[in-house]
Amino acid sequence: MDILHEDYQVQYDEATATVRCSGSFRLHGDEYKPVLDLLTHAADAKPAMLTLDVRELQFLNSSGINTLSKFVLQVRKHDTSQVVVQGSTRYPWQEKSLKNLQRLLPALKLDIV
Amino acid sequence: MTQTFGDFVELLAGDGEYLKIGFHPSSIPLQQRWRNNGLSADFLADYLSTFFPGEDVASAERQSQIKDAVGYIANELLENCMKYSYASKQHLVSIEMFLAPEAITLYTSNGIEPACIGPFQEFIQRLLSEDIDALYTEQLERSAEDSDGSASGMGFLTMLSDYGVKIAWRFSLPSQPGDEVAVTTMVRMPL
Repeated sequence: MDILHEDYQVQYDEATATVRCSGSFRLHGDEYKPVLDLLTHAADAKPAMLTLDVRELQFLNSSGINTLSKFVLQVRKHDTSQVVVQGSTRYPWQEKSLKNLQRLLPALKLDIV
Repeated sequence: MTQTFGDFVELLAGDGEYLKIGFHPSSIPLQQRWRNNGLSADFLADYLSTFFPGEDVASAERQSQIKDAVGYIANELLENCMKYSYASKQHLVSIEMFLAPEAITLYTSNGIEPACIGPFQEFIQRLLSEDIDALYTEQLERSAEDSDGSASGMGFLTMLSDYGVKIAWRFSLPSQPGDEVAVTTMVRMPL
């Protein structure tokens, strides 16, 4: 189910309930569907702790922000998982924009180092 | 005749250093054009970063912030041009970047589908008059519920909310029947 594209990768480790996104997300509209499907699959597994690791995600366009928002709303709907988003200060957009996910889910834990 | 929304600052060749890229929106398929957005945005950001040498920790940090911001903003502006531009014979899509001591200013220009103008201007009015944080959350919820997530305005909202920019728009209205409407979007990032 992992997505391994030349420009971006999304990998789901079921054992640790972790989704890792890396590369650059510059997709448009429906191109995000496989990414969203994988994220939704991870949310629907309803683990107690669900980690979204974007430390190696260099770029995310606004359609990508929508996609991550849909994932967060899916988790909110289930109301069973604690979400941790791991980011990096290496990519300035992460400090600027990841906090917006907490608008949708205030309990979301943001871990940017 | 023109119609302006927001504090539109007009800069012309001679008003500092600038770079302009122009292309025909219908010359290649959308998929390739989309790739071109990223290439053009990265080029602008890379080019600009040479004016902000990262010689020590603080200036390297500033260079990284500016490069990241310009890369994001230019990409969003170009994506908007591609999504909403008319299959125009009259208007090229262009992106310009002006560098001055006080601000970096980006402009994109494109022809716009007549049916898009009304809803777009209504959204612009909201962007200019409402609380951005509240509007951001509203749109995030709404676009997340939207199946294709395309008509969201999240690009502009992210720029305003996360990058501290000013945005303004200028519509060039037709002077005679059959002419197309063009819109120029200005994003001004203080330095």
